[in-house]
Order: sequence, then C-alpha cells, then structure tokens
Amino acid sequence: MSEDKNMMNNAPSENENSQQYSLNDDRRVRTLSPGALVARRFLRNRVAVTGLVILAFMFVFSFIGGAITPYKEDQLFYRNNEQKKQYAAVKENTEYRYTTAEGEKFPSVAQAKFVMAAKKNAESFEASKTVYTIAKEGTDFYAIYSEDGSTLIATAAFDVVTPPNADDKIPFDLHYAILKAVTNGEKSLDYEGKTYTVSADGEILDGTTEVAYAGRYVVQPIMSDVFLTRSFKAQLLEAIEAGSDDFIFTDEDGTTADYKISYDAKTLSYSVLQTVETRVFDTYHEPTKEHLLGTDRNGMDMLTRLMYGGRVSLYIGFIVVFIETIIGVVLGGLSGYCGGWVDNLIMRIVDIFYCIPSMPIIIILGAAMDAMRMDPQIRMFYLMLILGFLGWPGIARLVRGQILSLREQEFMTAAEATGIRASRRIFRHLIPNVIPQLIVTMTMSLGSTIITEATLSFLGLGVKFPFASWGNIINDVNDTYVLTNYWFIWIPAGVCLLATVLAFNLVGDGLRDAFDPKMKR
Amino acid sequence: MKKYIAKRLIISVFILIFVAFIIYVLMRSLPTSYLEQVARQKSMQPGSKSFEEWMEQLSATYGMDKGIIPGFLAWAGKALRGDFGDSWRWTVPVTEKFKDSVWISFIMGGIAFILEILIAIPLGVIAATKQYTKTDYTITIVALACFSLPTFFFASLLKLVFCVKLGWFDLGGLIGRNYENLSAAAKFADRAHHLVLPIVTLVVISIGSLMRYTRTNMLEVLNADYIRTARAKGLSESKVIYHHAFRNTLIPLVTMLGGSLPGLFAGALITETLYSIPGIGYVSYQSMVAGDIPFSMFYLVFMAVLTLIGNLISDILYAVVDPRVRIA
Repeated sequence: MSEDKNMMNNAPSENENSQQYSLNDDRRVRTLSPGALVARRFLRNRVAVTGLVILAFMFVFSFIGGAITPYKEDQLFYRNNEQKKQYAAVKENTEYRYTTAEGEKFPSVAQAKFVMAAKKNAESFEASKTVYTIAKEGTDFYAIYSEDGSTLIATAAFDVVTPPNADDKIPFDLHYAILKAVTNGEKSLDYEGKTYTVSADGEILDGTTEVAYAGRYVVQPIMSDVFLTRSFKAQLLEAIEAGSDDFIFTDEDGTTADYKISYDAKTLSYSVLQTVETRVFDTYHEPTKEHLLGTDRNGMDMLTRLMYGGRVSLYIGFIVVFIETIIGVVLGGLSGYCGGWVDNLIMRIVDIFYCIPSMPIIIILGAAMDAMRMDPQIRMFYLMLILGFLGWPGIARLVRGQILSLREQEFMTAAEATGIRASRRIFRHLIPNVIPQLIVTMTMSLGSTIITEATLSFLGLGVKFPFASWGNIINDVNDTYVLTNYWFIWIPAGVCLLATVLAFNLVGDGLRDAFDPKMKR
Repeated sequence: MKKYIAKRLIISVFILIFVAFIIYVLMRSLPTSYLEQVARQKSMQPGSKSFEEWMEQLSATYGMDKGIIPGFLAWAGKALRGDFGDSWRWTVPVTEKFKDSVWISFIMGGIAFILEILIAIPLGVIAATKQYTKTDYTITIVALACFSLPTFFFASLLKLVFCVKLGWFDLGGLIGRNYENLSAAAKFADRAHHLVLPIVTLVVISIGSLMRYTRTNMLEVLNADYIRTARAKGLSESKVIYHHAFRNTLIPLVTMLGGSLPGLFAGALITETLYSIPGIGYVSYQSMVAGDIPFSMFYLVFMAVLTLIGNLISDILYAVVDPRVRIA
C-alpha cells in the first residue's frame, strides 16, 4: 500500500516537469484496480500463498495424478501366496498287516487273538471256534496256518508290500514269498520258476523291472485323488532316511515340486508338506516400487485410491458449497432486499434450520441409506444434496446482513436515482459488494464440508466402497491391527485431508485480510 | 428487557415446535427402523406370526400406526409431560438412559471447555498483541491446524502413539478391565485416566476457533481510539493490554462462551464414539444407527432446545455485559 501511495504522490510532480503524457501513455501513473490491490495484498501474505500452493498441489495430485496413474481406482492386485499344504504322510508301520489267501477268511476277531498269541510266542490260538497255528518265518513276520498246518490262511507282517502301480495286484503266493525273503534278509527269491532279486532298499526286481516294493514305511496321500508314484515314494523314503527335511521331486512329466518333511513325534509319523502357490488379493502390502504407498484391505493401489479419494472429497466439497451458496444467496438476497414479511418468513426458516442438529440428521439418513442398500453413486449425490441443504442458513444470514447495510448506502440511493431496473441494481451493484465476504465464507466452508464428508465416510455412513474418499480410506483404522501395523494405509490419507482443509482455511483467512480495506499492510 | 426475553421465548417455542415437527416427519418417513428389525427377528422364530403381523402389532404398541400429524400431536403431548417413551434400542425409558449417560458427557465437555478457555484466550491475546511477528504466525497456523484437524484422524494418531506405542491408555471405554475390584478412589482414578485422551482430543479440536476469535476481537479493540488514548496517557503496555483492551475483548468472548454453555450437555458425538465413552453422544449415535425413533427424536429435540437456549443466553449476555447495548 505504501508503495502505491508514493506513486500517486509522485505523479503530479512528474507532470510539472513540463512533459505532457496522454492518458494512454504507458508511462502515466499506474493505478491499480481494487481487484489487483486485493491480489497484491493476498500475494504478500506468505502463509496464504503457502495455502494456495498446497491447494494447487492437491488439485494436481487428485485430478492429474488420477489421470496419469497406471492403475485404476478399483483395480485389484494379486500376489502368489506360498502355502504349505499337507500332501502325504509317512508312517513307520508298527502294527501287523494281514494278507489273506484267496478263498480263505481271517476275521478281525482272529486278528486280535493272533496279536496276543504272537506276543506270548504261542504256537496256536483259537478264535471263533477255529484253531490256527502260527509259524514265525522272519523278523516280525508270521504265517498263519489252519489247525492241521496244511493250508496257509494268512500272513501277518510289519513290512508292507506294494505293487509299482496302484491297479496291479500281487498274487498271495508271491506276496508271501516276498515277505519271507525280505524279512529274512535274502537277496533273491524264487516264485513260479522265476528268480527275482531283492535290492537293499526293498525293491523286488524281475531282471530290471520292478514287481513290488517291500518296506516298513507306509506312504499315504492326504487327498484321496492323489496317487503317489512308486518313484516318489522311494525318493521320499530315501530323503527321510537321510534325515533331510526337504526334498525336490521331478515327476515323469518333468514338473518339479518342492516338499518339506517334518516329523511329528505325537503320531510317530512324518508329514510331507507341498508348497502350493495360491493367488490371493495382495492386501496390506508394504510400500514398494510398484505401489508407492502399498495396497489396501482389498488389494488396491493405495496411492491411486488416495488420488481418486481426493477427487471425491474435492468434488463433494465444491458441489456442496455451490448448492449452499445458491440457496443462501437467493434467499438471503430476497430477505435483505425485500424486507417486510418476506424477510420475516425467510429469517424464521433460517432460525429453524439453525436449530436442526445437522450431524445427527446426516447420521440418521446415512444409516437409513445403509438399510436401503442404496447404490454408492446415487448415495454420493444424496449426500451432497443433504449437506448442501443443511448448510445454507449461514450464508443466507451473511448475505442478508450485508445487503441490509449496503442498501442504506449512498451509492445505492444513486443507483436508484438513475432509474435502472431492480434486477440490475441487485446483480450489478449489490451482489458484487457481497462477493468478497461470500468468497471468504465459501472457502472456509469448503474446508469444513470436506471434514464433515470425511467424518461421515469414516463412520461408514458417507461415501461407500468402491468409491474412495479420504474418510473411508482412514476408516480402516477401526481395525486395531491396521492402526498398529499399517501406517501407510491411513496416515497419508489423514495428512492429505489435514493439508487440504488447512490450505482452504489459510487461503480463506488470507482472502479475508486481503479484502479488508482497513488492513494496514 | 423482560419484554424482550418474553418475546424471544415465544419465538423460540414456535421454532422448537417446527423443528420437532420436521424431525418427526423425517423420522417417520425413514424407510426402515428398529421395529422392522425386531419384527423380522421375531417372525424368524419357529411357529411365529408373519412379519406383517408382527409389524402391525409393534407399530400399534409404539404408536407408529397413526398418521404423521396425529402421531406428532400424541408424541408432543406426552413429551410436554416429560414422557418420551421407551427407547427401543436400550429397552428402558428414554429419559432414564439420558440421565445415565448425560453426566459423563457433561463432565468431559466441562473439563475440556475450561481447558480450552485457559489455553486459547491467552494465546489469542498474545497473538493479537504481537501481530505479524513470528509468534503471531506460529499461533495462527497452529490455531488453523487445530481447526482443520479431522477429529477421527487426530484421535487415531493419539491412539497410535499413546495407546499402542507407549501403552499409557486403553484404546477405548470408560472403565478398565478390573474396575469392579478397585476401591472407590481407584475407581475414580480409573475413570479419570480413561477420560484423558477424549478430553485432549476435544480441547485440541476446539481450541483453534476460540483462539482465532479472541485474536480477531482483540485486534479490533487494539485499533480502537480509547486504546490510543490510553497509550497517549503514558500507561504501561501491560496495563493498556490487560486492563483496557482485554476487558473490552471479553464482551464478545463472554457472549460466545455463554452461548456455548448449553452445548456441554449435547455431548461430543464423534469423540465419544471414537473412544467408546458411553456418554450421550455415543449412546445417541448407537440409537440413531439402530433406528431407535424415540431416543433419536428425544436427542434431536434436546439438541434443538440447547441451541435455542444458547442463542438466547448469548443475546441476553450481550446486553448484560455491554452497557451500551440497549434492547427494546
């Protein structure tokens, strides 16, 4: 201001210097329009300019950022989760396995009696009025004969004989021969004129082809539809005997899988865990290069959500303030200009609206919209309408007060004296004088509207998924685990919110000072 | 003065009737309510009546079967006699639930209010006397930041720092886990301990606007002619500020603060909800979300009454404090 004064003071003296300037001369006194003066005063206020810069940044962040971000607002991200699933169990057999000859019966009662007899080293036992004789023919291997010892009824052994393929069946006699050879530690066995070799780890070979396998370990798949191949079992047992706790198996198709072996002391068995890759939503992922702020509860990119959330918050703020201002200016203007019963009526309506507690009303309506399962988009429009409709009385009062005081001023009398239309008087002479105050109030109420919307969204009654808003992003902290562990979910949104609202208030404050002609600076 | 108050009271009563009517219409035209929920639950039970029959019976029991205007008149008639019905959500008379919960809100609000005054007014005065210095800028920015802080974000930050990281406070609630085993003094201490964070939140959130208000008014007073006169007389700066300026600043302050006194009974809806403090704010939040019409009706009308009383008090105080103001 002081600069301007100096310029004006200098002007006449320059004129005296015998040089005449025309009004169009560019060296003539620079006078500033009121608008320019306001702008100058505003720009000189460093705090307000900071606010303006923050706002500019937020707009760029939300609107341009949202456009250039590689991800969409509701794009889901997945990650491959390595889950260990029980694949097979390996158990060392410590119970007798019975094999019954074709056409013979060896019922479970007899099996129980046999176990007792074997423990006592008895030669024979009786079950269900049948007498059996036992012959120990190898380590933990018994042959059970009929009473006279002529026919072999069944075998009982700890070792288990399995064919190389699930569908194959091993004839009883061969089964018997194998068990006998294996339990006695023989290297070969004869069966039906053929000689089979028994390898050290229990494979029974006909030349080089495998006929069967005998061993103490029982390998069973956990899932019933899985068939464990012979080579898988062999390699698995090798790994177990070697004492390693993981092994890699390549099957016939060439697929390699990684397995972990763990011993469970309680059930005396080994369980084999297969690492399975499952695709899951990439939730609460720590910030990385692809996702600068990580991912949220639904596996969406946090930074993108933040940008779109900013859009929603700003949109809602602007639209609500726009609605408020329209209603407020029209009603306040009518009230102030007309006076009389119109004024009285409108002011009583304003009084009533002032008394309606807006936050509870919005909460009730939000809960009702929840119950109606309203579409999130329509819901957002209703939210704007409700907020706007509840917020206008303040502006109406302000406009009315301004107009009341302006109406009495000389320039209005002059305007009336010129005989211009009433509408022109209002819109050309009255409204422009209200605008400074109005702009300040609007800027401030932008901030408070954004807070209200965010609070509602935080409570889950405002903007709803799939739309993002800064409030509903922070909503996640209702989960204490998120509050404690995932700062990147809610702190950035809160900072954005705080910065934006603060910036609106700073700018509003700066504008108020700049518009005030009494300002000293 | 008496005539003015009487006139204001009459207008207030009319406004209140309209506000209550609007709220009643709103509540009645809501598509769902707690009754439907109850009716649905009851009709689920084996061998029960159908949903419609239950709905009819419940509506009749709670006076919801009448049209809106007779319903409102019936409600208003009872309300005038202090009978606000039974709360659906809490299954006790509304006024009883209100009495249970309002005091904790009042204590919380009262302490916060006093702290707010003690902190904000001196800071506002300092900011005004040192206008355009670093102190002023700092105070202004802090005030605006407090004013701009979303309650829920600030409360979450406090919870993270003081409850989770430092472990000084519980995350929510009014009483600790072993409250029942404590002695009377320890019970009191436990409650006080649980109120610390909510009060801090309330103070910080509300401090900004009072600070700005004090500063603006103080600046206005400091620009007045009588201050220049006081300085010209050669009075010490402290005397000018604290004797002449501050007392005049108090006029708008007392008016505003007096007007906000009734608001202490309204409870802090958001803060109480965030910290699960069973005050009137949290209780009514739960009622409103559950669609409990009698309680919500009562709470909303109660809020409207508080606003009206607040406005009345501030108008009267304005005349009382400032002798220049004459009310016809």
